[in-house]
Amino acid sequence: MNLSVDITASLGAFELETKFEAVPGVTALFGRSGAGKSSVINMIAGLAMPTSGRISCGGRVLFDATKAINLPAHRRCVGVVFQDARLFPHMSVLRNLTFSSRVGGSTISRDRLDEIVELLGVGGLLHRNPTDLSGGEKQRVAIGRTLLSNPQILLLDEPLAALDEARKQEILPWIEGLRDQAKIPILYVSHQISEVARLADQIVALDNGTVVHAGPVGTVLASLDIDHITGLEEAGSLLVGKVVEGAGDGLSLVDIGQERIKLPGLEAPVGATVRMRVRARDVIVAKQRLEGISIRNQIDSRVVRLSDHNERYVEVVLAVGEQLLRARITREAAGDLDLKEDMPVIALIKTMAFDPLSGSR
Amino acid sequence: MLGFGETEFEAIALSLKVALTASLLSLVPAIAVSYWLARSQSALSGIVSAVVHLPLVVPPVVTGYALLIVFSPNGWVGSFLENTIGLEIAFRWTGAALAAAIMAFPLLVRPLRLAFEAVDPGLEQAAGSLGANRWRVFATISLPLAMPGLIAGLVLAFAKALGEFGATITFVSNIPGETQTLALAIYSFLQSPTGDEAALRLVLLSIALSVCAVLLSEWLSMRIARRSRAA
Repeated sequence: MNLSVDITASLGAFELETKFEAVPGVTALFGRSGAGKSSVINMIAGLAMPTSGRISCGGRVLFDATKAINLPAHRRCVGVVFQDARLFPHMSVLRNLTFSSRVGGSTISRDRLDEIVELLGVGGLLHRNPTDLSGGEKQRVAIGRTLLSNPQILLLDEPLAALDEARKQEILPWIEGLRDQAKIPILYVSHQISEVARLADQIVALDNGTVVHAGPVGTVLASLDIDHITGLEEAGSLLVGKVVEGAGDGLSLVDIGQERIKLPGLEAPVGATVRMRVRARDVIVAKQRLEGISIRNQIDSRVVRLSDHNERYVEVVLAVGEQLLRARITREAAGDLDLKEDMPVIALIKTMAFDPLSGSR
Repeated sequence: MLGFGETEFEAIALSLKVALTASLLSLVPAIAVSYWLARSQSALSGIVSAVVHLPLVVPPVVTGYALLIVFSPNGWVGSFLENTIGLEIAFRWTGAALAAAIMAFPLLVRPLRLAFEAVDPGLEQAAGSLGANRWRVFATISLPLAMPGLIAGLVLAFAKALGEFGATITFVSNIPGETQTLALAIYSFLQSPTGDEAALRLVLLSIALSVCAVLLSEWLSMRIARRSRAA
């Protein structure tokens, strides 16, 4: 069941003109603050109205300007988790979780409630008051409450933005668990590239209300013109692989297709899938393998694309099997190596340069 | 000192009846108007707000006179009510209740509107996205969260209705046993050369009633606050 969005709206500062499809799994709606992400979410949820266009999910039309269809929010079956949790302060956590069933939004079986309570680890909080919860706990309850309304689409509007780093790390695994279990489209709004790289299957990148990139997360992150959204320092790429050997000497061996790479010891068990993000500025390009060097990963790859839209350095996109890797090198180095498209090279990556974004999918 | 005469008892019982009826009568319209005023962005809301607050600023005699014109047996609403459902209002206790309700209305609307304005619209949106229609959102989120304001308003309105004088005496006159409420009885006793003692008793009583009402409202608000914290 796909969510299909094709809308325009006037947002004061700019015209929003957004068109994309979201399949079951996590689609990140990615862009800088003010790019129109939350407006898109509100329009899908029925909290704001587009000027024209169509929003549908499977065969269900939620909004269609030409047919004058505009389902009210409570009939859309669209679950929203807001940045500020929005728990009802006059109800206990349990009554918040079961709210939807009390207002006719869904029916909740005892088993389903137990399942969600366990999935999000909120069993100990059920009789507490929302005002006594920490930010991370609130957000977990909010996610549970939304899941228990049986949504056909789940919208997460920067659910981690209001949390500090420790709370984020506390809640990310719960969202990963959700991604791996839910069979509905999940739109995850974020301006944090690390969150997106960790969670998303697909990316829809928004800028000034327009979709500038859409596609699988690895491809979009490796495309060169997304840097103005991610920020130059953070630009990088994502590799996905399977753990083949546990941590010996504090290292894990991960299979990324034809190659095996070494990562700092992971908690993920053998066989688990892991995502690793590596910044473009941390990747070294060499013409042959080197010896007597601390770098543990020397990966056979091929130059796919070179770009020099900046006078100081050259962006290189490398193919590693099916996956893409980005390297940023100086103009002088690119000249010395005489890099050309399709040329085989070795990509050198320090083990410690990887951000292991654990994960189980 | 505490030996209440029959007239005094009648006045007390009548006042309580009138004040209670007036508070209940204005409750539902006040909730509707305050919620609308709190949420509406319509240009009309300024006008509605002014009309609602009118009884607070015009001389009560004027309100009473307006009621008399509209609700007297010859007035257009008065004659309609009498002919259709046989309800007499002018010079009856029901009229006293109506006058008190209209005078108390703005006092009920003010705190209630502030309370509704303090309810985060984000919570209402969240409730909507969880499948609650507008009525359910109102009944489960907006109204419970505005409850302290509702209680404060009700107590204010009740106290005002208990002591209403000008509009009442203009609209329904001062008939012992029918329209002579506490305030009107005090006024009558003060007019008579031997009524000083009775007037003092009623004055003390009305002070006691008002203090009790305020204490009750404090206690209720505290209970609600505690419940919503510990629920």
